[in-house]
Amino acid sequence: MANFYTEHPELKFHLNNPLMERICQLKERDYRDKDEFDYAPQDYSDAIDSYDKVLEITGEITGEVIAANAEGVDEEGPHCANGRVEYASGTKANLDAMVKAGLNGMTMPRRYGGLNFPITPYTMCAEIVAQADAGFGNIWSLQDCIETLYEFGNEDQHSRFIPRICAGETMSMDLTEPDAGSDLQSVMLKATYDEANNCWRLNGVKRFITNGDAHLHLVLARSEEGTHDGRGLSMFIYDKNDGGVDVRRIENKLGIHGSPTCELVYKNAKAELCGERKLGLIKYVMALMNGARLGIAAQSVGLSQAAYNEALAYAKDRKQFGKAIIEFPAVYDMLATIKAKLDAGRALLYQTARYVDIYKALDDIARERKLTPEERQEQKKYAKLADSFTPLAKGMNSEYANQNAYDCIQVHGGSGFMMEYACQRIYRDARITSIYEGTTQLQTVAAIRYVTNGAYAATLHEYELIPCAPEFEGYMNRIKDMTRKLEACTNAVKEAMNQELLDFVARRLYEMSAVCVMSHLLLQDATKAPELFAQSLNVYVNYAESEVEKHFNFIRKFSAEELLNYRK
Amino acid sequence: MSLKIVVLAKQVPDTRCVGKDAMNADGTINRSALPAIFNPEDLNALEQALRLKDAHPGSTVTMLTMGPGRAAEIIREGLYRGADNGYLLTDRAFAGADTLATSYALATAIRKIGEYDIIVGGRQAIDGDTAQVGPQVAEKLGLPQITYVEEIQEVKDGRIRVKRHIDGGVETVEGPLPIVLTVNGSAAPCRPRNAKLVQKYKRAMGAQEKAAITKDGAELPYASLYESRPYLNITEWSVADVNGDTKQCGLSGSPTKVKKIENIIFQAKESKTITGSDADVENLIVELLANHTIG
Repeated sequence: MANFYTEHPELKFHLNNPLMERICQLKERDYRDKDEFDYAPQDYSDAIDSYDKVLEITGEITGEVIAANAEGVDEEGPHCANGRVEYASGTKANLDAMVKAGLNGMTMPRRYGGLNFPITPYTMCAEIVAQADAGFGNIWSLQDCIETLYEFGNEDQHSRFIPRICAGETMSMDLTEPDAGSDLQSVMLKATYDEANNCWRLNGVKRFITNGDAHLHLVLARSEEGTHDGRGLSMFIYDKNDGGVDVRRIENKLGIHGSPTCELVYKNAKAELCGERKLGLIKYVMALMNGARLGIAAQSVGLSQAAYNEALAYAKDRKQFGKAIIEFPAVYDMLATIKAKLDAGRALLYQTARYVDIYKALDDIARERKLTPEERQEQKKYAKLADSFTPLAKGMNSEYANQNAYDCIQVHGGSGFMMEYACQRIYRDARITSIYEGTTQLQTVAAIRYVTNGAYAATLHEYELIPCAPEFEGYMNRIKDMTRKLEACTNAVKEAMNQELLDFVARRLYEMSAVCVMSHLLLQDATKAPELFAQSLNVYVNYAESEVEKHFNFIRKFSAEELLNYRK
Repeated sequence: MSLKIVVLAKQVPDTRCVGKDAMNADGTINRSALPAIFNPEDLNALEQALRLKDAHPGSTVTMLTMGPGRAAEIIREGLYRGADNGYLLTDRAFAGADTLATSYALATAIRKIGEYDIIVGGRQAIDGDTAQVGPQVAEKLGLPQITYVEEIQEVKDGRIRVKRHIDGGVETVEGPLPIVLTVNGSAAPCRPRNAKLVQKYKRAMGAQEKAAITKDGAELPYASLYESRPYLNITEWSVADVNGDTKQCGLSGSPTKVKKIENIIFQAKESKTITGSDADVENLIVELLANHTIG
């Protein structure tokens, strides 16, 4: 029996991170549900045990059902008929299994039928689902849109909508339009208030909407007539039961075939406001996107794991020149590098998830009572860490997923170019991860302020104080040296006082910061579990150090005058 | 109508993992080399029971298994998927049972459960492959039976209609309740364990499992929960609990004696079909006696 959770002990290692104790305590409000709900944990170890068991269920479904359906779903894909989406038959079977297993509304409070799981174990489920089928991962993990409805919707909306998501209905976030992609301020979908019926009406077109025929949609629309920027946008809830939105077409894509990407036509569709008017983009969509970015980071890690599995199995099996190709340095270099990027990226993913967990749980407590000054400070600290780490986790993991999928095909040689092997699907599926929910270039934009204001450097210096195993001291020194080079580059660019130059080298500074962070995280993990991470620590620091060196040289030698030669 | 459904399930060694070390030198099964699992076709049977429960609100699904203390795992696996309760038949006197003694024990337990409309189990277990226990239970209880069930189509007005798997196709048959069904592996696979139910029942244990934890003086974790949540205590029944006759149980109730175990490779390429007519059955008995397959 394949199980995508138990087969990878790295996941359980991350589940047992010491920060989880605080996360569980906050999320469970000191375990107050334990007498009211028969499935609520009694204490911390009971909670971790439950997460572990639920991850095992997810691992079994992904290993036995979703992985087995992946090829068929990729070939069949969804269809559009009469304005509705018909999922591929395998997709329906996958959804049915996930719903029967009760893996929906995982992070929602129990009073709405949720499991009240923290983001971290939920993200682990998202990772293993994506490992089996990244396209299905989208449909299933869009359930986390409910977080935004929970955060900003009112009590009445909570009680009407959240139980439906917990029972297995799906969601979509309708943001992009033909003329509003990365620039969401240009959204034009029109929301007008219908006085007679006491509701809002939506009119217009949305494009590239993942799972666009979902039961519940969160829609970004222009509620303030005459406005042209983000301040005129509000967020709405559209319920498919009310009708008024049709699917005009499903896009024909390079990858993630199982996930229907839809063009939607809104014809006087009834909708209700979520939260306050005018805060749609500037507050709610930002929150929505941060959750989605963590989701794409998880999807990317799942794809990297899939790429590693396929590459490793093939390299052990394939014989050339009288031996398995894994014995050739050129091949084992690729495999070790895939594994190192996977382990480093996963460490970053779950560190980010834990930061998100703490501040979100405190946010939620703040809706019930006033936080103590210590809690407020804790909330602020982790919110800042989460904001700064999310673009690193999304951007780097999506780039790694692509690199790993590329190397996975390379390990397969000519066979990898044939459609018979799973690696081609992984390669096609990975391609979108560095594009949607904000391209890597936009992740850089989101992250660069934490480079220039020293936030990453401060975190890195804090990490330097965490003791490592004596045998890993050498790595600590090398990472410290890498951090000094990052700071030297940052200072040099800042001193030039040239915004265009900063924008131009931002990606390099972003990557330098990210590899330093990931090196530290792997060092911490290898100290605790050398049997799992010591090899990857070695391989990754070798890789990260050379990356830092490359960017350091580039930035040091680059002058602003050279920009002329890059501009068209 | 709401239904009382009993699911017969067995914990078996996973014979799909048979390797060199699967058998001990004395011809018995090396259980440490083969993980104990839920017999696959009993999972198909459980799914049919759960579907009936879904379709007939108010119905209950009761797990019944026989085995050592650790076979309580079968009850838990049922609870994780939506069963309501379960009984573990466990007693040294049950040990070593062949299909006759097993069906005797199960039948006495079912009588003790008392109320039942449908008794459903897998067609056969992957360790013995006899397909005899279900039919024998029906005979002992004096109930009609339908074997090789692939899908339960309808239960209405005291009757059940099912699709059953036959050579070269399916047939649809009807029978009166109460009834015994055995389910074929071609039926729908069992649903996954449910996240809430796993969290609810993960500490459910039988007395023997609890005793194994506390035998060296260790404390039972979350001990107070077993008082406040009675459903966490899996009921164990001994021979006496089900008013059984020890002579008909276990080894003493089992006419089957294993003389010898040997590895064989099937070589016959052709099969023949035998009808249920008295003449055909008699010819088969004569043939099997003649070639010493039986007797």
